[in-house]
Amino acid sequence: MTGTGALARLILRRDRVLLPLWVFLIGLLPVFVASSTGSLYPTDEARAGYIRDALSNTLFLVLYGRPTEPGLGALTSWRASTSMAILALISMFTVIRHTRVEEEAGRRDLVESTVVGRYAGLLAALLVTCGANVVLGGVVTLTMLGQDPSTEGALAIGAAWAAVGCLFAVVGAVTAQLSQSPAAARGIGGAVLAVAFVVRAIGNVNSETGGAAWLSPLGWIDQIHPYSDNRWWVLGLVAGFGALLAWLAFALAARRDVGAGIVAPRLGPAQAAPGLRSPLALAWRLHRGALLGWLASFAFFGVLVGGFAETAGKMLGENPALKEYMERVGGTSAFSDIVIVGLFSVGALGLSGLAISAALRLRTEEASLRSEPVLATGASRLRWAGSHLAFAVLGPAVAMLLAGTIGGLVHGADTGHVARELPRVLAGALVQLPAVWLLGALTVAMFGLLPRYAAIGGWLALSFCFFLGQLGALLQLPQSIMDISPFTHVPRVPGGELAWTPLIVLTVVAAAFVAVGLAAFRRRDVPVT
Amino acid sequence: MENAITVAGLTKRFGHTRALDGLDLEVRQGEVHGFLGPNGSGKTTTIRILLGLLRADGGTTTLLGGDPWRDSVALHRRLAYCPGDVTLWPNLSGGEVIDLLGRLRGGLDPKRRKDLLERFDLDPRKKGRAYSKGNRQKVGLIAALASDVELLLLDEPTSGLDPLMEEVFRQVIHEEARDSGRTVLLSSHILSEVEALCDRVTIIREGRTVETGSLADLRHLRRTSITAELASPPHGLAELPGVHDLEATDHTVRLQVDTQHLDPVLRQLTTFGVRTLVSQPPTLEELFLRHYEVTSR
Repeated sequence: MTGTGALARLILRRDRVLLPLWVFLIGLLPVFVASSTGSLYPTDEARAGYIRDALSNTLFLVLYGRPTEPGLGALTSWRASTSMAILALISMFTVIRHTRVEEEAGRRDLVESTVVGRYAGLLAALLVTCGANVVLGGVVTLTMLGQDPSTEGALAIGAAWAAVGCLFAVVGAVTAQLSQSPAAARGIGGAVLAVAFVVRAIGNVNSETGGAAWLSPLGWIDQIHPYSDNRWWVLGLVAGFGALLAWLAFALAARRDVGAGIVAPRLGPAQAAPGLRSPLALAWRLHRGALLGWLASFAFFGVLVGGFAETAGKMLGENPALKEYMERVGGTSAFSDIVIVGLFSVGALGLSGLAISAALRLRTEEASLRSEPVLATGASRLRWAGSHLAFAVLGPAVAMLLAGTIGGLVHGADTGHVARELPRVLAGALVQLPAVWLLGALTVAMFGLLPRYAAIGGWLALSFCFFLGQLGALLQLPQSIMDISPFTHVPRVPGGELAWTPLIVLTVVAAAFVAVGLAAFRRRDVPVT
Repeated sequence: MENAITVAGLTKRFGHTRALDGLDLEVRQGEVHGFLGPNGSGKTTTIRILLGLLRADGGTTTLLGGDPWRDSVALHRRLAYCPGDVTLWPNLSGGEVIDLLGRLRGGLDPKRRKDLLERFDLDPRKKGRAYSKGNRQKVGLIAALASDVELLLLDEPTSGLDPLMEEVFRQVIHEEARDSGRTVLLSSHILSEVEALCDRVTIIREGRTVETGSLADLRHLRRTSITAELASPPHGLAELPGVHDLEATDHTVRLQVDTQHLDPVLRQLTTFGVRTLVSQPPTLEELFLRHYEVTSR
């Protein structure tokens, strides 16, 4: 364990921006949920109505579990619980990033050749990540004190959040030992989280006391019941299981070589498949993993949209404050349509992440010099760039097609009008595409003109749109500023009028950005590093 | 016969740094041409310009009769390139990368691919992330060497290879030149490699060509070192033209002589009765060091 302190400081130094960022952003999530819930449902009576509606909708039980009490703290704890999955993922990835990624890059060899113990790296990564989660729990507790007077409740909800992060940090420590590839470690960790989520959902749907949910670590966290019975002993269960997993991680680490995994790496084919003969075929190999992940999430998103629309629309009708908020975001029309428009506009922001990251593949391939041997063959620059762009353009299109179709079918089955709802919901999904493409296209333009800033530019543009979309209406920003975001111009379909002009303009602007980016890329030096 | 590569007065700037400053390079059809220079002297920049990846600021470049920037795709079908630091896609196997790059160039000789895999002792089934530096380099080399092309552009291709594999590389390049008449531009700073393989060399420094010609020419212009044991103590050697670094101790003499003045020196030596004589042509290393010592001063 020698050198753990020094390595922990190294991690803190490397993550000095990232770590505080996620600790505070996620740490503030519960208080945001509490203040919005508090303004939309100001009384216990209103919140009791909310709980009645939620209990009648299976999708609510699947996503959030069972609400306990109508008190603001208890309701917040229930409503925010699903966002813990984000914290679980981030904690897991942070540990993997500082263990397996370091190892694959060969930096661990360098570090371990100095006076550093065999387990110091793993321990340091766990200490820092768990420490960050404890701070995050503190942020949750302190901010929640202002929302609900119960001190014990605030401590319990803070502890619950810290516990999720710490537990999945340890899960990450285990999966990092299994495979040589960081992507596989993340994938296995994500799968563990998904299984935990599904088991929790099944338990919560089938039983009022949790039932099968007690088999899932995420189910345990629900059972802490902050602000109602504050069951501290459940935390003991989480801690015990976490300790067991930590022991497993260190035991696995002891049994393997540096750089190796517990699972032996699989060999690939000795010869390429006949189809692997074009830049497009190569791009497919590079994009397909991430793309399939996006498509699966958007299929799930479609189920959410379709499943929520009717109940959420009904709740909306009963709640003037929530209705007013949703109208700001989604426009005035049938309540279920407002919900659909609102959800798809949020989904579109997320999907822009796919458009941007697929476009940024161009940049990572260039900066890692992997593009060089390809561009030194008969593949022209345009063909190479086009092969990656295909995924930035078609990927979001297929994802929205999937979400719209599934959403339409589910909503249609819910209301008994499949033939009516399917085209309406599908249109609601597809109208978002030009705005999504525009952000991807902007990234391509940056890649051509200022390649070093392509990543910052793309993600900054998305954050800006996210900010305008979520807070612009709330802050009552002038329309001229709101108009900068392409998402402001997306027609509010279904329910509103399908205006073609903004869609065509957005698509043309996106095409122009792509053209500018590609023209600049053809003329510039490659690689710019 | 037309040159495979003709570069004249090539200049290239990156911001404020001048990477190439009037570089000249001529590579003849069918020869193995050594391209020597210390780190950062502009070898890779030159090769990237030849590949049409970078755009030259000035000078003329002709590659296989075409303009490397304008005709890049057509030219790329006729050449193969191996970078000095091969990076692979972590999820593609070595065999897949070899096939993909070969097919993108327009074809790969399967027999030659198999033969090279055996000679370089490479397991093509491993994934990109599992290869060591040397093995990644082999993937890049085999992809280039197995391609059916006229010109090979190799940028420090043996970096990371063990001595055994370096030997295999030398044999393969020998065969390339002898049997298939391909042109090879071999950038390197491993002098023994260049000396063993190349017909002609170009030495560059700070983006400028400082020496070019056949190895024989270069040696001729340079000094031969002589160590002789004599029957009687020598005299009068220092007055002869072209003699440098003379050290005479009793019966032994060491000296350097400009190669064109070799004959008078040897005549003089024989008058003292030569018992043993060791004469060494200048190594490329000496040539190289002489050029670079000037830089560091």
